[in-house]
Amino acid sequence: MSEDIINQVTQGEYKYGFTTDIDTEVFPMGLNEEIIRLISVKKNEPEWLLDFRIKSYRHWLTMKMPTWAHLEIPPIDFQKISYFAAPRKKSPKSMDEVDPEILKTFDKLGIPLEEQKALSGMAVDAVMDSISVKTTFKENLAELGIIFCSFSEAVQHHPDLVQKYLGSVVPYSDNFFATLNSAVFSDGSFVYIPKGVRCPMELSTYFRINASNTGQFERTLIVADEDSYVSYLEGCTAPMRDENQLHAAIVEIVALKNAEVKYSTVQNWYPGDKEGKGGIYNFVTKRGICKGENSKISWTQVETGSAITWKYPSCILQGDNSSAEFYSVAVTNHFQQADTGTKMIHLGKNTRSHILSKGISAGFGQNSYRGLVRVSKNADNARNFSQCDSLLLGDKCGAHTFPYMDVNNDTAIVEHEATTSKISEDQIFYCNQRGISTEDAVGLIVNGYAREVINKLPMEFAVEAQKLLQITLEGSVG
Amino acid sequence: MLEIKDLHASINGKEILKGVNLTIRAGEIHAIMGPNGAGKSTLAWVLSGNPAVEVTHGEIIFNGKNLLEMSPEDRSREGIFLSFQYPVEIPGVSMVNFMRTAVNEQRKYKNLEPLSAADFLRLMREKKELVEMDNKLTSRSVNEGFSGGEKKRNEIFQMAMLEPKLAILDETDSGLDIDALRIVANGVNKLKRPDNATLVITHYQRLLDYIIPDFVHVFYDGRIVKTGDKNLALELEEKGYDWIKKEVETPVEQ
Ligand SMILES: Nc1ncnc2c1ncn2[C@@H]1O[C@H](COP(=O)(O)OP(=O)(O)OP(=O)(O)O)[C@@H](O)[C@H]1O
Ligand SMILES: [Mg+2]
Repeated sequence: MSEDIINQVTQGEYKYGFTTDIDTEVFPMGLNEEIIRLISVKKNEPEWLLDFRIKSYRHWLTMKMPTWAHLEIPPIDFQKISYFAAPRKKSPKSMDEVDPEILKTFDKLGIPLEEQKALSGMAVDAVMDSISVKTTFKENLAELGIIFCSFSEAVQHHPDLVQKYLGSVVPYSDNFFATLNSAVFSDGSFVYIPKGVRCPMELSTYFRINASNTGQFERTLIVADEDSYVSYLEGCTAPMRDENQLHAAIVEIVALKNAEVKYSTVQNWYPGDKEGKGGIYNFVTKRGICKGENSKISWTQVETGSAITWKYPSCILQGDNSSAEFYSVAVTNHFQQADTGTKMIHLGKNTRSHILSKGISAGFGQNSYRGLVRVSKNADNARNFSQCDSLLLGDKCGAHTFPYMDVNNDTAIVEHEATTSKISEDQIFYCNQRGISTEDAVGLIVNGYAREVINKLPMEFAVEAQKLLQITLEGSVG
Repeated sequence: MLEIKDLHASINGKEILKGVNLTIRAGEIHAIMGPNGAGKSTLAWVLSGNPAVEVTHGEIIFNGKNLLEMSPEDRSREGIFLSFQYPVEIPGVSMVNFMRTAVNEQRKYKNLEPLSAADFLRLMREKKELVEMDNKLTSRSVNEGFSGGEKKRNEIFQMAMLEPKLAILDETDSGLDIDALRIVANGVNKLKRPDNATLVITHYQRLLDYIIPDFVHVFYDGRIVKTGDKNLALELEEKGYDWIKKEVETPVEQ
């Protein structure tokens, strides 16, 4: 009986699995220096950037896939992937003209790219496969000195800024996937907020994979100069395909003195089907540095998609009195696997970090929290509080916590709490008895459980995320 | 309104209900008394559709419909309410959210529009007053950290919100202090209408001083073995269950 209950609510369908039929330029499969040079030429890159790519590639050849995560990763053939795919422009006359098919695609995803139709208070950089297809409100933001454009454009128009900060938070040699990204990264967003400016809109990037057998390797760089503020959102979806697709992105954030950056993600890559076929392999390196005094970075993520998620948005708290937050809800259903968490590296004095991780597992899903809190010798009065909760729906799924602490300063206070709970049949029946269906009951309980994190998201996203949680878990308890 | 015919049911393969017959008409109050483990709560589970209990024989007709074919949520929407002997805690789900979902689900079933936020809050306030329920409780998660008595009062509050046709109160009086008992009983009486009915499961005659039953049934070993009027409760209070047990068991031994 309990089996039935637990089996039914997680059978929801992925709503973003359609493909767009557009003419796409795709590089031949395989990875070698030739391909990397081609990417660089395609993007008209300066010499130093090509050098960065080649250096990364050569280093990558010496590296091995990491195996320490609590994940079962099938072997990936890196020669069976195409490293560049871009929708071909129909009329190269105007830079800003976007193929109507692409506009339609983003409309369908709820991301209108015409500024008249756009969500109020939100500027969007839309990335399809390897390139940015449109960035809205660029001009309005430029009036305030804010740079918000695709990464490729930034390389052309703001090479000094890019060169100064690229790889400054995530070095090219950081880890297997980051190094691969550094060699082959395609497009992504670039943000620069000048001194003393509060960005008046939410900035957001929407990533869409469309082409098959291609990898997506975006690169995002956000620099918040002194006394500035920006809230940034990232969304992503992909078509349903039987084969697995690789996604290995890098996000780097730099917050200078008194600057604050809020980075929110609703990750909804295709998770694969109920039997575990297909889905995105999501290996992402996200890291921010609180470089200046009193700076602040917060990561908020709602992870519902991908077949495999390997992701640890982290912060280096270098400036004195700087603070960092990590709020996460990660859902694994069917055969999804997630190994996600954060690293908080306290270097400065009086630095503070707060970790709140909420894992939800259903079906055969495996959900791991992995977190590191490191307090260096000089980080007097550093403070960390970590709370890791797991919620289980059913008894075939798993939840695991791997908290690591490395404290080298006696004045530091580091606290960790963890709980595991299960949605019980008693709870479900109690709701049923009040006229609430099992699906709605699971929705109520899950959203209640995740509320603290969801509340950190900007309004429109919070509503979306709430719906998404419910859809993702539809059918998992019946 | 409710007709139970020769109902047999088991939990984990063990037969608990062994031929229950009971008819409840609109406007009536029935009390069920009986020793621990007799199967009183099991009967309440069967009526409300708890999947832990398997019905092996018999039928239940509720307002002309075959109750056993309905999902638990539809039974609720049809007007069956169970005040749980052990109300369940649901951390993270606020009482307000829970009740709004419940009320609107019932309305949807009746093809009514959901209540507006203002109307809903008005209804909450009105019903809270009826059962003298503390504001602080309704701003918390469902039953989480509630005291035993608070949980029971919360059950009656929910009953007031949902206005059921058939309310089953499973030992709602246990754990209530004297004042709370009076308030809860008053609540039940105020909600009494000619078109609804109440089934009260209790161990204590004193509740029946407040909620006056039309019938008292004695439940023993999975069956109703004796039915009388309110005086039967007084008699039980005085003599205990031994004489009933003897009465029931003697013919079997012959
Ligand atoms: N999950 C279960 N597995 C096995 N037996 C069960 C289970 N649940 C209930 N029972 C048994 O069913 C019988 C009837 O239980 P029930 O709760 O209906 O009694 P009750 O009359 O309500 O008793 P009380 O007055 O103590 O509340 C008891 O013997 C109990 O042990
Ligand atoms: Mg009982």
